Amino acid sequence: MTQQEALFKYILRLGDNALIHSHRLSEWCSNAPFLEEDLALTNLALDMIGRAQALLQYAGNVEGKGRTEDTLAYRRSERQYYNNLLVELPNTDFAYTIARLLFISAFEKEYYAALQKSADSTLAAIAAKTLKEIKYHFAHAHDWTIRLGMGTEESHQRIQNAVNDWWMYTSELFEMDETDDQLVKDGMVPDLKALYPAWLQTITDTLKAASLNMPVTGYMQTGSRKGIHTEHLGHLLSEMQYLQRAYPDAEW
Amino acid sequence: MAHNNQLDSWEVFMQARPGANYIHQGSVHASDRKMALQNARDTYSRRGEGTSIWVVPTNEIAASNPDDSDMFFDPANDKIYRLPTFYTMPEGAKQI
Repeated sequence: MTQQEALFKYILRLGDNALIHSHRLSEWCSNAPFLEEDLALTNLALDMIGRAQALLQYAGNVEGKGRTEDTLAYRRSERQYYNNLLVELPNTDFAYTIARLLFISAFEKEYYAALQKSADSTLAAIAAKTLKEIKYHFAHAHDWTIRLGMGTEESHQRIQNAVNDWWMYTSELFEMDETDDQLVKDGMVPDLKALYPAWLQTITDTLKAASLNMPVTGYMQTGSRKGIHTEHLGHLLSEMQYLQRAYPDAEW
Repeated sequence: MAHNNQLDSWEVFMQARPGANYIHQGSVHASDRKMALQNARDTYSRRGEGTSIWVVPTNEIAASNPDDSDMFFDPANDKIYRLPTFYTMPEGAKQI
């Protein structure tokens, strides 16, 4: 694999994570518990879609075959997507949405801070802009985790269930394949394994502050680095890509 | 549910640039100060309108009663000597 091929595949992973998580959050539009939270969640979705746009556009440039961010977002099938499984799973309920946002934003907080030092100046610039947004995403998820954990008996149970059920999808965030190995060696991207202790500490502290139990680590899900996904991604894409599939090259 | 299940109401004030007055923007619902600030940010400053936000619990605001408006606001209007335009500028005065 050339450095160009490795970089292309790697940036797709970053872009896909932002795009698919954004889509899940956008599903809350008009469905959130109250108006202000509706605005907050869709606001996070808009941050992520901006990040996805910047990353997929850069991926298209790196690939050099004339694909734009739109072609990459709307004309790939699920096996060509590299987002982590966690972001594609259904929202389930508000607690599950918040628990996912907590796990992901705590990871991205460490990740994008490290990516700012990338030898690739475009990635470093995207990272610097993204980090400001992520800090807000984390604050939102962190505060809600504590409110739900310290709220009623029902809210406590719901956020605990969400944390427990999502746990098996968290080790994939730190999985590294040959693309990572090659790009880490060249100083282009962070070593994901090195980010794990800080992430675990953040999660441990947050759950403790919310009087929630740390989940028990058992079987861990994997597959997305190879483009193998849950059954949910296909359904998500069929909705997200409908217009471009039904009316190719439609503009508005 | 018959009872009120809305969160508490907070008034939002925002400063457009450092040193400027805080201007009332509207209100948000929230259960605590942090949530009120975050909701105010998401509701009123998503496109870079502000540099700083205050939130104040709505029920902490003391407001004048519309029934008292005669007593509060009328007296000033019919005494023209209360207005600077009542006084003529002395000719040649430069430092007024």
